[in-house]
Amino acid sequence: MNCEECGKRPATLHLTKIVNGEKTEYHICEQCAKEADVFGGFSNFSINNLLSGLLNFDPMLKKEGAGAKDSQANQKPFRCETCGLTYAQFSKSGKFGCSDCYKFLGDRLDPLLRRIHGNIQHLGKVPERTGGQLKIRKELDQLKEALRKYVVSEEFEKAAEIRDRIRALEQRIAQS
Amino acid sequence: MSQQSFTQNPWSYWMKGDGPDSDIVVSTRLRIARNLSQLPFPLLATDSQAEEVVRKVSAAAKDEAMKNLADFELITMEQISPLEKRVLVEKHLVSPNLAEESRKGAVLLNREESISIMINEEDHIRIQVLLPGFQLNEAWETGSKLDDLFEKHLNYAFDEKRGYLTSCPTNVGTGIRASVMLHLPALVITQQINRILQAINQVGLVVRGLYGEGSEALGNLFQLSNQVTLGLAESDILANLYSVARQIIEQERVARRYLHEHSRTALEDRIYRSYGILLYARNVESKEAAQRLSDVRLGIDLGIIKGIPSNIINELLVMTQPGFLQHHAGQKLTPEQRDERRARLIRERLSTVTN
Repeated sequence: MNCEECGKRPATLHLTKIVNGEKTEYHICEQCAKEADVFGGFSNFSINNLLSGLLNFDPMLKKEGAGAKDSQANQKPFRCETCGLTYAQFSKSGKFGCSDCYKFLGDRLDPLLRRIHGNIQHLGKVPERTGGQLKIRKELDQLKEALRKYVVSEEFEKAAEIRDRIRALEQRIAQS
Repeated sequence: MSQQSFTQNPWSYWMKGDGPDSDIVVSTRLRIARNLSQLPFPLLATDSQAEEVVRKVSAAAKDEAMKNLADFELITMEQISPLEKRVLVEKHLVSPNLAEESRKGAVLLNREESISIMINEEDHIRIQVLLPGFQLNEAWETGSKLDDLFEKHLNYAFDEKRGYLTSCPTNVGTGIRASVMLHLPALVITQQINRILQAINQVGLVVRGLYGEGSEALGNLFQLSNQVTLGLAESDILANLYSVARQIIEQERVARRYLHEHSRTALEDRIYRSYGILLYARNVESKEAAQRLSDVRLGIDLGIIKGIPSNIINELLVMTQPGFLQHHAGQKLTPEQRDERRARLIRERLSTVTN
């Protein structure tokens, strides 16, 4: 086969482009390829392009686009309330705008994270200072729930004990 | 110490050429991605928000305990020339992304150049520790200590479920990327490398070339790093990487012994030819330089070439990169001029150590 561009030299580069399901084939020689810079568009290809590829196939995105039939949570297209990043922007760059994007996306991130990491839940290091606070807050929530139960069941001695523990923890947060 | 010493001097701590398993592992790198809560990620940050990040991080670096660990100098990408940026990239002190695409990008470097804290790269903070040889745990210990010291002064974006929040979901969780630079000439010569690379991809690790994402494996140098950052503790991530790297190191040693025993003449011929070319050639392209230097490195490691310290090879590898050559020349050079200068530089450097 001869080069489609110059028709003289044999075609040594065979490129198949598939854009939106439309297939285009090129058969050209190396020299014409260099001149036409057919690979130019690929030079900046990075992990982020791959990611946005993953996202575009994601069922959660399709749900958002189609809307109507799905539950309320899925109907609303994602937009981070803190930084204003939209799904369209995220799927284009593969990057989030701020740390709150994770919060607003919530569980909808699970399929993507599972695909990248095979996991959705962090294990490992926790920041010493702020992480300690997180732990205390979690404990506080549990204690408050226990307090409510003891009050309802009128076990006031136990309730008082829990109340003191809550006060101590609240003081620790205030101090740090 | 001045910013000039970082760009003029071709020498960085990771190039020392020693450290454990340094016959195969050139260097170990550990990178920790962190972000500040309350501020948008670099992608969306305004210039003044990005400047705020630089201020906050460099102020945190002045912590007394931090000073005991490293005395940092701040270099902003705006204050240095494109060639100087390129030199920092070629020395692996900053990423190409920070040098070319960041807004208000900056880096904190210690004198030894074993630690670089990139600011406003893809994430607000990227702590990088770069050591010679195979030292994954040492790199993590230093990196983690720096991380703790920064956290004393900065509020990190952290979520109980997702861990450390990062701009790109590929880094979320622990935010760590550990990598080892492996010199694997014998696995390439014996054509076992492709089989090994395929296997690596199946165990959650990635292999890249000398200059990271998208770069070619020049000079038989392969960068092996972890892919997964979420759902595994740091110690597990490091242990996985360690055990795979350890296996590759052993395979490379076996292949080297095999070549040494079974095709000694062919191996010596290849090594001495490359050595000869580097000692006498007048034009050397960068790709050829990388390949020839790899041969000579193998010769040194196998004891075939004597009297050349192996750190010279690391130094030459960096000095012969386009950015460094041009910065050294003090001007832009055409590719032909670069090839000529590269050949001269290698010749001079090698002959000073052999005589």
